[in-house]
Parts: sequence; C-alpha cells; structure tokens
Amino acid sequence: MENFYAFFLDNLLIIYLLAFTVILGFEIIAKVPTVLHTPLMSGSNAISGVVVIGAIILVRLTDSSDYLTLSLGFAGIILGMINAAGGFVVTDRMLEMFKKKKK
Amino acid sequence: MLLTFIIETFFLLGSIGFIWGLRLLSSPDTARKGNIYAGVGMALAIIASLIMPFGEEVPNNYAWIMVALLIGTVIGYYSAVKVAMTSMPQMVSIFNGLGGACAVVLGLVDVLHYYDGTKVVDTLGFLTVLLTLLIGGVAFTGSIFAYAKLEDLVDDKKVTLPKHSVINMIMLVGLIVLGAYILIQGEAIGMEAAFLFLIISLIYGVSFVAPIGGADMPVVISLLNSFSGLSGAAAGILFDSQFMVVGGILVGASGTILTVMMCNAMNRSIWNVLIGGFGGTSAIGATATGGTVKEISLNDAAIQLYYSQSVIIVPGYGLAVAQAQKICKEIDDQLSANGVEVKYAIHPVAGRMPGHMNVLLAEADVPYPKLLDLDEANSALASADVAIIVGANDVVNPAAENDPGSPIYGMPVLKVWTAKSVIVMKRSMRSGYAGIENPLFFHERTKMLFGDAKDVLGKLNSEIKSL
Repeated sequence: MENFYAFFLDNLLIIYLLAFTVILGFEIIAKVPTVLHTPLMSGSNAISGVVVIGAIILVRLTDSSDYLTLSLGFAGIILGMINAAGGFVVTDRMLEMFKKKKK
Repeated sequence: MLLTFIIETFFLLGSIGFIWGLRLLSSPDTARKGNIYAGVGMALAIIASLIMPFGEEVPNNYAWIMVALLIGTVIGYYSAVKVAMTSMPQMVSIFNGLGGACAVVLGLVDVLHYYDGTKVVDTLGFLTVLLTLLIGGVAFTGSIFAYAKLEDLVDDKKVTLPKHSVINMIMLVGLIVLGAYILIQGEAIGMEAAFLFLIISLIYGVSFVAPIGGADMPVVISLLNSFSGLSGAAAGILFDSQFMVVGGILVGASGTILTVMMCNAMNRSIWNVLIGGFGGTSAIGATATGGTVKEISLNDAAIQLYYSQSVIIVPGYGLAVAQAQKICKEIDDQLSANGVEVKYAIHPVAGRMPGHMNVLLAEADVPYPKLLDLDEANSALASADVAIIVGANDVVNPAAENDPGSPIYGMPVLKVWTAKSVIVMKRSMRSGYAGIENPLFFHERTKMLFGDAKDVLGKLNSEIKSL
C-alpha cells in the first residue's frame, strides 16, 4: 500500500492529466453528430498512431548492435506510421465528400 | 535548454492540435480542418521525437527510423487513397490492429529489457507493461479478426465454440491471475510467464471477437478503436510521454462513447453484446407472422413517388452492397425537381460501422442536411407520404416496438409504418442479418418491390423519367 501512495504522489501531475483528458475527451466527442461518426472514428483512429512516438524514441535509445530491439522498433515505427498516415489521409478523403456539397 | 523548450512546445502544440481537431470534427463545416489540425499535431510530435535530446549521447539510429517512417507513410497513404468507401470498416479495423500491434512491440521490448537487466522497472511500471501487452494484444488480433469477418473470410457460425462466453471468461480470469502472479513474483519467474501472458492476450482478442457478428459489428469496431487508444496511452506512461497519454486517452474516450451510442441504438448493454453473441447464434424467428404480401409494379411505384409531397428513403446495408447510392441520388434529383421533398432516414447502426451510411450517401453527393437521424426521422416519417426502404430490414422491424417475444424487442427502430404508405425494396423474403421475421412486410400499408437493389432502383429511375 505504501508503494501505491508513493506512486500516486510521485505521479500526481500525470494523474491529473489522465483525469482531465478523460473528461475533455467525453465532452468533445459526445457532441459529434451521427453524420460524422465514421470520420470521427477514422480520425481518432489515426490519433491512436501516437504509439509511433514511443517506437521512434525506442529506436533512438537502442544500442546500434542490438539488432533484436532495433528490428522490433523498426517494425513498430512502420505499424504505427501506417496507422497514423493512413488514418489521416482516409479521413480527409471522407470529409472532402462532405465538404463539396456545401453551397 | 532551448532545444528542450522547443521540443516540449512541439509536444504541447501537438496535443492541442489533437484536442482542437477533435472539437472541429463535431461539425460538417469544420470537420476537414479539424482532421488537418490533428494531422499537423501528429507531424509536430514526430519531428519533436526525432530531435529531442536525452541529456547524453544516444545511438539515434536515424537510418532505421527514416526508412521505417517512409515505408509506413507510403503503405498508409496508398491504402488510404485506394480503399472503397464501402470497405471503410475493414480499413479502420486494419489500422486499429496495426496501432495495437505497435503497442505490443513497445511492451515486448520492455519485457525483454526488464528480464535481461538493462532496464529497471518497479511493480507499477511492470503493471503498465502488462496492460500495454493485454490491451494492445486484444486490439491487434481482435481487429485483424474483425477485418476477416467483415471481408467474409470467416463464417461467424463456424468460429463460435459451444459455451464460448464461458471460455472467454476463463481466459480473462486466467489473464488476471497470471498477471498478478507475474507482478508478485517479479524477476523470480522468468520471461516465459510474460510471454505466456502476451500469447493468451492475443488468443483472447480473437476469441472475444469470434462470437460477435452481423448487426453487432459497429459495436465491436468502436470498442476495438477504444482499446487501441488505451494501449497507446499505456505505452505513453512507459515512455513517460504526456503527449502519447493525451492522444491515447482521447481515442479511448471517443471509442467508448461511440460504443455506448451503438449499444443504445440497439437497446442492449455492452455486456450483452460481448457475452450474448446475438448476431450469429440466437437467430430465432419470433412469432411466425401470417398474412399476405402485396407487391407493387414499378410503374405504380414510380407514379406514387412522383406525385407525393414527401418521400423518405430508408437505406440499409443492402443499398451499399449493391453500390446503388448513385442511382438512389438520381431518383432523389428527379423527385426533387418535381417538388417532392426527399429525405433520408438513417438508423445509427445502418451500415457496418458507426455513421457508415452517411459516408456512403455523401460519396453519392447527397447533401448532409437531407440525412435525418433516428429522432428526426421518426417525427418526419409520421407526416411522410411514402417511405421507401432499400435493403434495410431489422432497423425497420415493428416487432421491436410491439412484440416482447422478439429478440430485438426494445431496440429503437425507424417507425416507417407510420408513413401513409410503405414500399419495401428487397431481394427476396429472406430475413435480415439477425434472422428475425419482419411483420412490416405483411403490414396493410406495405407493398413489396422484389429484386436486386441496384437493378430495381435503375428501372424505377427510368420509369420516373418517362412520366
């Protein structure tokens, strides 16, 4: 339990961040109309590509002779980047269709 | 110092880009800009992560990173440009799965480094590692399996084992017990236990998606979307990156909200969807409905549509499968030119992911103010002259309103039978996804128009033209 208290106090800021982001996320997204559910989903899906940041940092920190970790990180960057780049492009494609009918 | 300041500013701006972008996504007018803001936010963060200093010399390995970034961007870009709008659920599933897989890779590396002693992780840190493996693993294999289901590569019924929900429960409990054991034992039990944990998580992802199918697909996709976000957030804690946490949590929240909305749209609890597996298995017809089916000729249908005041089109996935949105829009144009008010009634679970039908109609140039959501549609239907149903079934089933014995009783539906007359366009008298009888077809105001949606709409279009 002591462990837990210490963890809580040490990470107070990130816990605040978690709590507020959850609330903010719910607040922003609850207002999205049905029309935009699919673009919202693919757009937020692209945002889940943030994992690529972790993969980049991982590769930068890995010893140049540690090929196992390098390969894993390399694969991680590719996977995350497909998710991010593909997600934003496909969302833009969809939203373009919504846009052009506006007169 | 200055460099760190700039880097952290980039990450901060990146997070703001995400939040502001999602906010702009809530209106069709600003949505495109919103997506671009979020994309710019991501780009800033990627640049920042490439140049951020670590307070010491690091190997960097830029060649590896650049090649990987390039490959990922090219693959992502081309698949996004080429995909058909009808296949959007598959695309989102695949992307989701890849994000989950990336999180798994990050967790896995931490496991390797923990056990070979190159990284010190405390119990709570290792809990985060296990969560990354679990959530990322489920998002990964679950999404890939969902993709296979959407592509009809697997048969829903064949992959559902007897007592499937019990098997899933056992696996989940097993994961919790094993996870707790690994945390308590620490380094004492070796790396194999953590690998076992990952493998069970991966199997669980498939197993949890297996029994869910058919009409429940939008729920699963939303839920998996939420998981991939949460796995990103967990990985963010591992890398001490507030930016990743913010991004991941936002996605987790949006996926959760959409999941809840989809469940509400079907009047079922999330638990019921996950355990029940009603899409494929419990497809029993409700009360056998007697009565006769009345057909209508193309010519009569054309006249009826052309000379009415208001027409509401109810599109279902059948319309999308037949690729008939464009002909639908042509009919709409002809009717509108004659002063008929044409609207579209969209059920929240029409299509195979949330909002899918709206995208398909937008692709056919239908302006979005013509698309009515459930509540708007139900009040408009009551005063409509004709409701024409194209390839929808369960979402217009009156049994959901008045037959407590029906499996879909209580699900909010489009009350098309309140319109003055109803035309149902349908391939045959077969029941829908959920395999439930639809008394609407025998309703006194209903007339049927049998045939392939595209074919029939095409003929209807030329009939109207000749009037």
